Amino acid sequence: MARMTMIEAIRDALDVAMGADPRVVVFGEDVGYFGGVFRCTAGLQAKYGKTRCFDTPINESGIVGAGIGMAAYGLKPVVEIQFADYVYPAYDQIVSEAARLRYRSAGQFTCPMVVRMPTGGGIFGGQTHSQSPEALFTHVTGLKTVVPSNPRDAKGLLLSAIADPDPVIFLEPKRLYNGPFDGHHDRPVTAWKTHELGEVPEGHYTVPLGKAVVRRQGQAATILTYGTMVHVALAAAAESGVDAEVIDLRTLLPLDMETVAASVSKTGRCLVLHEATLTSGYGAELAALVQAECFWHLEAPIRRVAGWDTPYPHTHEWSYFPGPARVAEALRQLVEVA
Amino acid sequence: MPDPDALPPLSLTVPEPEVRPGGQPDFSHVAIPRAGTVRRPPVDADPEEIRDLAFTIIRVMNREGEAVGPWAEALDFTPDDLLEGLRHMMTLRIYDARMLNAQRQQKTSFYMQHLGEEAISCGFQRALAPGDMNFPTYRQAGLLIAAGYPLSAMMNQVFSNAEDPMRGRQLPVCYSSREHGFFTISGNLATQYIQAVGWAMASAISGDRKISAAWIGDGSTAESDFHAALVFASTYKAPVVLNVVNNQWAISTFQGIARGGSGTFAARGLGFGIPSLRVDGNDYLAVLAVAKWATERARRNLGPTMIEYVTYRAGGHSTSDDPSAYRPAEESNAWPLGDPILRLKNHLIRLGVWSDDRHAQAEAEILAEITAAQKRAEAIGTLHHGQHPSPVDMFEDVYAEMPPHLLKQRHEAGF
Repeated sequence: MARMTMIEAIRDALDVAMGADPRVVVFGEDVGYFGGVFRCTAGLQAKYGKTRCFDTPINESGIVGAGIGMAAYGLKPVVEIQFADYVYPAYDQIVSEAARLRYRSAGQFTCPMVVRMPTGGGIFGGQTHSQSPEALFTHVTGLKTVVPSNPRDAKGLLLSAIADPDPVIFLEPKRLYNGPFDGHHDRPVTAWKTHELGEVPEGHYTVPLGKAVVRRQGQAATILTYGTMVHVALAAAAESGVDAEVIDLRTLLPLDMETVAASVSKTGRCLVLHEATLTSGYGAELAALVQAECFWHLEAPIRRVAGWDTPYPHTHEWSYFPGPARVAEALRQLVEVA
Repeated sequence: MPDPDALPPLSLTVPEPEVRPGGQPDFSHVAIPRAGTVRRPPVDADPEEIRDLAFTIIRVMNREGEAVGPWAEALDFTPDDLLEGLRHMMTLRIYDARMLNAQRQQKTSFYMQHLGEEAISCGFQRALAPGDMNFPTYRQAGLLIAAGYPLSAMMNQVFSNAEDPMRGRQLPVCYSSREHGFFTISGNLATQYIQAVGWAMASAISGDRKISAAWIGDGSTAESDFHAALVFASTYKAPVVLNVVNNQWAISTFQGIARGGSGTFAARGLGFGIPSLRVDGNDYLAVLAVAKWATERARRNLGPTMIEYVTYRAGGHSTSDDPSAYRPAEESNAWPLGDPILRLKNHLIRLGVWSDDRHAQAEAEILAEITAAQKRAEAIGTLHHGQHPSPVDMFEDVYAEMPPHLLKQRHEAGF
């Protein structure tokens, strides 16, 4: 075991994958010599050479499109989009191409590619460095979508994603890169080195895609969440006095419905939490699935807490962000329903 | 059928800059013509006959500070106009220094400076008329300064305080002023290049007289939107000036990654039949001269012009960037085109309308003016202190009329 930040854990996963398999190639904007603006690829070019880890022109459609070509050829590209907010020019390549290559060619051509991108806010990044676009990917059939919440999962999930035969969207909550942020922005930053999930096994291991994990056992309500909001949910559970069970979904698609249904069936109350905007968000899918599978166990309407339906505002970041106070209040209301 | 095995195996080319940290900066590969030596064709010249202008560097001021050659002769700026231009550039540089410092003091979350690139935006704006529209990137604040936009409004935006015209919604330096011909900055790259073409097409459709100016950096020319802009501008002969600021570095990536096998960025325009000029971006007079040429083409309905400004980003990409990690720290001093402010200053001294003393005095005046404006802005508020836009405002302007679901969320948020 080694103590790592999420950045180091991601870099370690890439290092392990590149060391084990010469087909793994890593590229994106500022990814090569410099090692990425968040340093997730630092040292990889020096170690594996510049044909396996390199800088690209600033063209996200080009990055993903070239990745698809390489994946179809037989390589395993792990590409970086510098911020999730920059992925939209690549959307056509992801939706119309990467996601459908296998289907439309009846398996002749496939796309074992990982598209990594930092997601979420909390760094005063304004409208163009803060978004959480996961629902745009979970809505597209043919893609898998992963959101880790800690270094240990980040490495294991990334290694699973790289091994996966299909395209995987890998969203890295940037506010978690250096520590388990629980939404209390006015308190000192906690580092991963003091957190048990900052302990990362050495070498190769995987955390399977499609498996959620219970982060906190509870009886009174279930919080379904992922990424940064896992830590916010844990803080809210502790501060609200509501004995909430916190489920870290880890993979949004395919979803571990078994773990979700078992928990909601037990607690009878469900709160869905994400940082992304509310309307048509991933939480809507979760709520629909929970009511379909757990309807007779529910003792209260399912609640959603999410980012407001506005662009991510720079100054009002902390009025926008669904922090522990909002989550705690929603939890209290959820358990008060008779 | 050829035998592929008869050839050596393929290998991937990944371009590298000439020098990395630890190396000796070397710009000997940058071919720099002597000032005044590049011809100035008429603005209605056949694009096919001026292709050479995309592969040279148009320069006006020589080492002695004289303005020479055909581009100089076509300039109609008085010494007073040039003194005003010098003042714009000095203002931008001092403003940048103050705001950089303010960021280090956590008065703002973020800042981006123009160091070494002041001549481009400060100069280009002089060729525009009221009603024309710039679609700028984050490194063209000189357009605002030269258009007379108040420094206090810029600072209020950077500090995200209660008087921020963007109401705290935008990252610092993402200014917007319709009145001053400055389109709202997106923060995403290249997206607005094609919008500038659309704006120009709208003026033509409307039988108007306004033109537009698109702005992009060397790195972002790789984006698909850049190429979309060129094909639209070319097809519809849009009255737009397509500006490319080649400051050599896109964060850590040298310009060769975006340029690829093409000789220059200006040459990108040639494939679309767009007349393309390459100019010394650190030569204020050369910037004025090409801006005048290109805007005249647009106003006379002759269509688009592409301009590549050859310059150097002397500072970091932003306050989040440390360039010493990817390029030699001394590289900026080795840049052969010099400092734009120093060069115009020397020219004005040569003209006999300026002196070192007056320059020092002007510097002190501008600093005092900016410091006073900063005090006023800080008295209103900075990122973490003072007065800010109300959070209720967060829900405004998403739509012209707030739909019920958003109103419900606003109430839920307690407003």
